[in-house]
Amino acid sequence: MTSPVPADSFAKRTPTDWKGQAMQKRIARRYASEKRFRLLGLASIVLSAGFLAFLLISMLGNGISGFTRTEVGVKFTFPIAPMVIDPAMLKGPQAEQVLASANLPAVTAQAADQTLGKGGEAMISSNAWLTVRDAIRKDPSILQQTVMLYLPASADIDLAAKGHGSPSAEAAYARLKEKGQARRAFNSTFLTASDATDATQVGIWGAFKGSLLTMLVTLALSFPVGVLAALYLEEYAPRNRWTDMIEVSINNLAAVPSIIFGLLGLAVFLNLMNLPRSAPLVGGMTMALMTMPVIVIAGRNAIKAVPPSIRDAALGIGASPVQVVFHHVLPLALPGIMTGTIIGAARALGETAPLLMIGMRAFIATPPGGVTDPATVLPVQIFLWSDEISKSFVEKTSAAIIVLLLFLLGMNSIAIYLRNKFEKRW
Amino acid sequence: MTEQLTPAPLKMAARNVNVFYGEKQAIKNVSIDIDNDHVIAFIGPSGCGKSTFLRTLNRMNDTVAGARVEGDITLDGENIYDPSMDVVQLRARVGMVFQKPNPFPKSIYDNIAYGPRIHGLASSKADLDVIVESSLRRAGLWEEVKDRLKDSGTALSGGQQQRLCIGRAIAVEPEVILMDEPCSALDPIATAKIEELIHELRGRYAIAIVTHNMQQAARVSQRTAFFHLGTLVEYGVTSEIFTNPREDRTKDYITGRYG
Repeated sequence: MTSPVPADSFAKRTPTDWKGQAMQKRIARRYASEKRFRLLGLASIVLSAGFLAFLLISMLGNGISGFTRTEVGVKFTFPIAPMVIDPAMLKGPQAEQVLASANLPAVTAQAADQTLGKGGEAMISSNAWLTVRDAIRKDPSILQQTVMLYLPASADIDLAAKGHGSPSAEAAYARLKEKGQARRAFNSTFLTASDATDATQVGIWGAFKGSLLTMLVTLALSFPVGVLAALYLEEYAPRNRWTDMIEVSINNLAAVPSIIFGLLGLAVFLNLMNLPRSAPLVGGMTMALMTMPVIVIAGRNAIKAVPPSIRDAALGIGASPVQVVFHHVLPLALPGIMTGTIIGAARALGETAPLLMIGMRAFIATPPGGVTDPATVLPVQIFLWSDEISKSFVEKTSAAIIVLLLFLLGMNSIAIYLRNKFEKRW
Repeated sequence: MTEQLTPAPLKMAARNVNVFYGEKQAIKNVSIDIDNDHVIAFIGPSGCGKSTFLRTLNRMNDTVAGARVEGDITLDGENIYDPSMDVVQLRARVGMVFQKPNPFPKSIYDNIAYGPRIHGLASSKADLDVIVESSLRRAGLWEEVKDRLKDSGTALSGGQQQRLCIGRAIAVEPEVILMDEPCSALDPIATAKIEELIHELRGRYAIAIVTHNMQQAARVSQRTAFFHLGTLVEYGVTSEIFTNPREDRTKDYITGRYG
């Protein structure tokens, strides 16, 4: 064999000067670049952590007051004239009817006027009588006594209490406070009620339940379909032009803007299939279309990462291909598939645009009872409230964001717990 | 010499086998016999096709895209490439041990019990316990692991893992065991244990072993087949091959001239 390089070329090379000036300079440059890289990496971590901290702190700062409300003490001297109610009846089976026909709104308004002076009715929420009703239901004996009940304040007073009110409301609140008739309390309505026109009556429960149902539908559809598609593509499908095309299509699908999926849902699920509008079922199906490609891609990567030796081992003792997949490949790939599912589901949970297209932005004042009932979801609710003119919705919006973030956090924790549980090390 | 080659009843026979990977021919016209009484070693330089040939014997090459097999390979006279042959059952009857120990990431017990479970070989838990113990005993691993059957199979040392894999293979009571360089990832002590094990298994199972290690071939096998560039250069009694090869290529390889 002849080589094109002369045989003595090595001999002619001068020995490398490892201690020379040029070499020292090169070493210094190398150290400097490494240090630079470390600092840049650290800086980006600090930056992203800073953003996260800023988000959390500002949301908490704005939103925490959304979980509280101002309550005004109103004295009720029962029995009150317009109310016709017999305490004995409240123990009977018609208790609800009796309460409903007792004209409580008028009673409450009258008591408020008496206790708080002229205009007292305007200081309490128009739904305050519900609190009175609940109090009577809880303890009918108060109908023979004089009691002080704390009723939710009107939006104006509530805003004034939180420092954003109009001058007249601020003055009214100052007077209430002076007399010790106002207090701050936990706003349980916010967690149990649904959307309303009055900021003091809005709640997140309807949207929360809507999100929950939508998520359930999304996962129930996209997880099995995504995992099966990934398994088939990786384990069974032949490698040819068709599967290449499918792979490209799936990757493209994952990058399609979400509003397009909304339009698709509108066209197919609502117009063609006549499924109910604004329902978690349709929302979930639309989101499933969006989530599925993410699960397929993550699933394929996770399946690819299962060492081929495990497949060989199982095949080698006579496991059928299906047994190989379900006894060995899937359990080992599951943690990776879960990660993809978390990412997909988290994206779907925060998605607004496609749901606007299928009517989930409607004003819905009752929580959905099932997947076919009209509902809205947390991000859409946030979007709707952020659009409200009334200033008292600002804190509600922030509070809803906190609930959404907690929901996300909870979902991710469950997924991470499951992932760690299934993770096998070898 | 040929008269010495077929005293025992045939278990597997390959006749004029050609294997292709797409256009490339990996095995050219190979014929070989495997019986219960003699361990057969496949030797040859890297890429000579010995592993490919071994994997055609239980149709593991089916999983390779573009692989194609011509010729006849029979197990007890039945053609294993016949469409009526169930490949899953074939692989249970012709077990395999791989180059790299590949226990399942499950407990030691489950590693052994997996095969019997999927083939329905045990009728009860007690039955399965017996199979697991006897398989581990035969694989020479029982004394080392009997107190920690619940531990992960992957927590064992390399040599123990490989014996676990052998135990896993024999738990389904195969008729033939194929070993693809089973000791190449092991240290000499673990290797010695595996070789000892092969001696004990001989007679009960037909065994074919691929090895790079000439001394190993000489120690564990009674028949040796030397492959080169996809052809079977020489096939005969191990002692003959190593002391008095007929072919120059065999002699060159055995004496370390190439490979």
